[in-house]
Amino acid sequence: MPSVMLKKNAEGKLVFYVPKKDLEEVAETVEFDTPEKWGGEVLLSDGSKYYFEPIDGQPDFPVTLRAKRIDSGE
Amino acid sequence: MAALTKEETEALIQEVLEIYPEQARKDRAKHLAVNDQSLEKSNKCITSNRKSQPGVMTIRGCAYAGSKGVVWGPIKDMIHISHGPVGCGQYSRAGRRNYYVGTTGINTFGTMNFTSDFTEKDIVFGGDKKLAKIMTEIEQLFPLNKGISIQSECPIGLIGDDIEAVAKKANKEIGKPVVPVRCEGFRGVSQSLGHHIANDAIRDWVLENRDGDESFPTTPYDVAVIGDYNIGGDAWASRTLLEEMGLRVVAQWSGDGTIAEMEKTPKVKLNLIHCYRSMNYIARHMEEKYKIPWIEYNFFGPTKIAESLRKIAALFDETIQAGAEKVIAKYQAEYDAVIAKYKPRLQGKRVMLYVGGLRPRHVIGAYEDLGMEVVGTGYEFGHNDDYDRTIKEMGNATLIYDDVTGYEFEEFVKRVQPDLIGSGIKEKYIFQKMGIPFRQMHSWDYSGPYHGYDGFAIFARDMDMTLNNPCWKQVKVPWKTDDTSKVAVAAGA
Repeated sequence: MPSVMLKKNAEGKLVFYVPKKDLEEVAETVEFDTPEKWGGEVLLSDGSKYYFEPIDGQPDFPVTLRAKRIDSGE
Repeated sequence: MAALTKEETEALIQEVLEIYPEQARKDRAKHLAVNDQSLEKSNKCITSNRKSQPGVMTIRGCAYAGSKGVVWGPIKDMIHISHGPVGCGQYSRAGRRNYYVGTTGINTFGTMNFTSDFTEKDIVFGGDKKLAKIMTEIEQLFPLNKGISIQSECPIGLIGDDIEAVAKKANKEIGKPVVPVRCEGFRGVSQSLGHHIANDAIRDWVLENRDGDESFPTTPYDVAVIGDYNIGGDAWASRTLLEEMGLRVVAQWSGDGTIAEMEKTPKVKLNLIHCYRSMNYIARHMEEKYKIPWIEYNFFGPTKIAESLRKIAALFDETIQAGAEKVIAKYQAEYDAVIAKYKPRLQGKRVMLYVGGLRPRHVIGAYEDLGMEVVGTGYEFGHNDDYDRTIKEMGNATLIYDDVTGYEFEEFVKRVQPDLIGSGIKEKYIFQKMGIPFRQMHSWDYSGPYHGYDGFAIFARDMDMTLNNPCWKQVKVPWKTDDTSKVAVAAGA
């Protein structure tokens, strides 16, 4: 359950940062990414997958959230 | 000598690794790599931020060095107590050349050493009382200090002193910020964790001091310079450029900085990060809490400076963008002259670097502006995000080494035969005795500043002065000189 710092980059894409692992990746897809609902499975550009509990409405980026790691992509 | 090919570099790494016992070889192999620009992520080729192997000679520092020496030390109007035995503070005192303006001992304390000078008695009975007493004494002797930080040395964590409680009590008594920093040297694998701990201490004890206080008048052009430690005057050379393009520099973290500047930083519009490694933590925190964006910039060498000025200006309106162009144009004649003078003398020379923080990648541009080539680089305490940023800066098939050991570095140098090495004081005399020109790149070999356009002129002069110094022709021992020079000597005598 890593703490993940999320922010939007200049292109509006989601940037994923895990401080403990020095992991800085752009998210390719986010399962739910609408104004009403956000979260679910997030696929990073290195192939790893994380899961966020879906929440109502968009989070106020940048923000730190807890994520569950599903797939390391290796 | 021609550049090594990828295969040759790989073979060199294997050759160097051969001497190690199997376990150590396996571990060290992960820290040495051949650069491949096609890679996006460094974790495919290099491992970093791991514990050094016992028995090898590492060049790293400790968490206390990262906190007291790097992040907190330069804050000039605070008194930083090296809490523990006397040595840690005394032997690192004033070594980093963080310049500042002020009267030392009156309103600034940068080059002084304050220590609680632990003895056996304090280890046995605890040092909290002593610490409280020291802070009262400091208040009496140096009433113009603006705050105190307590930089823990190893024994504090080992004996379990409660410096936080002492700090809170002292804070009430003297009415100034008193910051306990848990940067005991044994924490983590290098000074890098010390930076992080120091950043966290700033976050917890300093940053929110002025939240809700709107008395500080802001402008849309407020920025903070973060991660510039004013070594030899670096931050000043950077600051002038930013101010000339129309920005207002509210705070300098932490070279020539003050605690008041740090407290005002949450009010700025943009954080400019020079040393990413040591201060990205606080920038990320401010981004989340105060929604202040941050960008990295690089003020080494005209190419990178122009690039950075434009990148910074792009985040502001047209006046700043015009200001950036004006600054670049204003200094063009100056840096063109520097390049015209030194490039012919330095063209094609090859450099190997091994430093810490931001320099292994940031100075590459400055060398390239002078026609030089960086053929090997490495970080003492970098993390993988540093290497991510380095891969693109370095040429293909160049060497990258993480936490290089004394033996590896020497062997690499013997084979690669660079014309110049830039590393620290511990490496300096070894390589000079090997007859290779050397610059101490931690504190600019007692020169500087190297940032900004002004700094570039000094940088170019220093590199030329070192590389083309006639003394290098004299260091070869007589029995190794070739026959032709022997004849010349005989004729001369």
